[in-house]
Amino acid sequence: MAVPGLEIPEIEPTAPWEGPNRPLPQPAFPKGGPMIDQLMQQMVNSFLIGSVYALVAIGLTLIWGVMNVINFAHGDFLMIGMFVSFWLYTLYGIDPLFSIPACAAILFVLGLLIYRFIVSKVMTGPVLAQLVVTFGVSIFLANFAVMLWTPDFRLIEKPLLSGTWSLGTVQLSIPKFAASVGSVLVSLGLFLFLRKSKTGKAILAVEMNRDSALLVGINTDRINSLSFAIGSALVGIAGAFLSMYYYIYPQVGGLFGTISFCIVALGGFGSIEGAFIAGILIGFVQTLGGYFFDPAYKYAIVFMVYLLTVWIRPKGLLGW
Amino acid sequence: MHVMIMLFMFGMMGVAWNIMGGYAGMFSFGQVAFFGIGAYTSSYLVTAHQVNPWIGLFIGGILAAVTAAAIGIPCSNLRGHYFAIASIAFGEIIRIHFNNWKLIGAAEGLTLPMLPESFTSFMFHSSKAPYYYIILGFLIFSLIVCYLVSTSKMGFYFRAIKESHDVAKVLGINFVHYRLMAIMISAFLTAMAGTFYAQYILYLDPESVLILPISVQVVLVAMLGGAGSVIGPVIGAAVLIPVSEFTRVLLGHKGTGIDMMIYGALIMLISVYQPKGVWGLLSSIGRRAK
Repeated sequence: MAVPGLEIPEIEPTAPWEGPNRPLPQPAFPKGGPMIDQLMQQMVNSFLIGSVYALVAIGLTLIWGVMNVINFAHGDFLMIGMFVSFWLYTLYGIDPLFSIPACAAILFVLGLLIYRFIVSKVMTGPVLAQLVVTFGVSIFLANFAVMLWTPDFRLIEKPLLSGTWSLGTVQLSIPKFAASVGSVLVSLGLFLFLRKSKTGKAILAVEMNRDSALLVGINTDRINSLSFAIGSALVGIAGAFLSMYYYIYPQVGGLFGTISFCIVALGGFGSIEGAFIAGILIGFVQTLGGYFFDPAYKYAIVFMVYLLTVWIRPKGLLGW
Repeated sequence: MHVMIMLFMFGMMGVAWNIMGGYAGMFSFGQVAFFGIGAYTSSYLVTAHQVNPWIGLFIGGILAAVTAAAIGIPCSNLRGHYFAIASIAFGEIIRIHFNNWKLIGAAEGLTLPMLPESFTSFMFHSSKAPYYYIILGFLIFSLIVCYLVSTSKMGFYFRAIKESHDVAKVLGINFVHYRLMAIMISAFLTAMAGTFYAQYILYLDPESVLILPISVQVVLVAMLGGAGSVIGPVIGAAVLIPVSEFTRVLLGHKGTGIDMMIYGALIMLISVYQPKGVWGLLSSIGRRAK
């Protein structure tokens, strides 16, 4: 045992639809050593991934809460964010850390366009059409990326932030830590924006009751497009964070998308706090589940926990 | 011929989806799990125990219905979007599990043994025509089931539940019971299609029979045709399947994803411009003509 547990992640490129959701190996963590140390390590990893999940899910829950529309293309927005960050790095040498504003801006515009030209058109239609339309967007975006950039797996090789810190026995990956801190800060920022600013309060008002919001003179259509765009921008930021250490490929959205739906439903309809708590929770379930049972099953465990929770609380943890 | 077989198969699954989605209002995006259970059960029984696929078809259907009941109970209180997401999660659990289950070949999949060509062995090598007639028979069977359900008392209960959970409850409809019935019937029919698919393609692996896009396609077929009408899904399949098969054949071989892009764009167009489906369009024209 020369280097304890430094497993090199194996990735096998797969064709579209043929295994994008297959669990990717998580970067190595030291195996062996006292149980308590391993557990500490797992806890830290849980929080690191959980906070990024939370950011992805908050973007989704904002859209869901305000418009009562599930954006199935949310994961693909994340993918676009990751690719924006990847290309800025590869073509212009801009580190993912500095491409965050660009990712946010591009996704903001993309969200705005998709809302204007697609989602707003089905808002008044049958529920089923609202559900299915974003699937169309999702398939379209994922395959657009395949067409432009092939289904290959990519990785930003030398981000500014790399390496690990050793805190006692716990290894802390710096890019993951940065992504986690960044996610928490952005989530907090959104929370404050919603509570303090006038626009934010208007968004919350529409979320509570659309008709009453309209009566007090809030332009609900503007709020809709704004929250769709903000939700997309948030996931763009998450994409920039993730691109620092995660594989970038056109189908990456499938995995993150499905997990974030579960997080949102677990947290409760449109609840920002709920999504944040549920995101962290799912991070723990996934990492610890993979640790105590079989890593291949960690996502199955996540979905199982989700199903069990909604059995008891059909509207999620903080749902009303 | 292949296009027609796929058309009937998806038409059948659309009809099955319609029983729970169109009538009982449970928008399932996890139909693929039942499809997979049906396909895997009969194939596993054939490969490992030489059980006749027709018996396997029946066992697979029962198994899918039992699984459906098992999953239906925790989901019985979920509504709308929550149900849709739960069904996706369920489909994913099944996929991940089958991907790791050694007994049924895990990620490598199952290859069906070559058996002599006959109706009893459900295997025909020389021509696709028998498959064509069998799936047509299945489709007609599902249509009859769907018709019987929709005109029976149960069908009215389903619609009552769809219109309003609470009102249905107040009226004394055993809400959980009827929702379970709808899911189980739907699961049984979908599993039949699964067995058929396994016998037709003769090879199964989780990444080709248990993926979300199949579920989405089933929903689309039903939606395009018009959810909540008996014949609707067949019309939907008749429109959607040829288009998706032809774009796949014409543009799909380069692996560029253009065929899927067109497919995605098509979904958006349908949802935006024809959300009530072709059947909805026809019936509204019919109403206007009167």
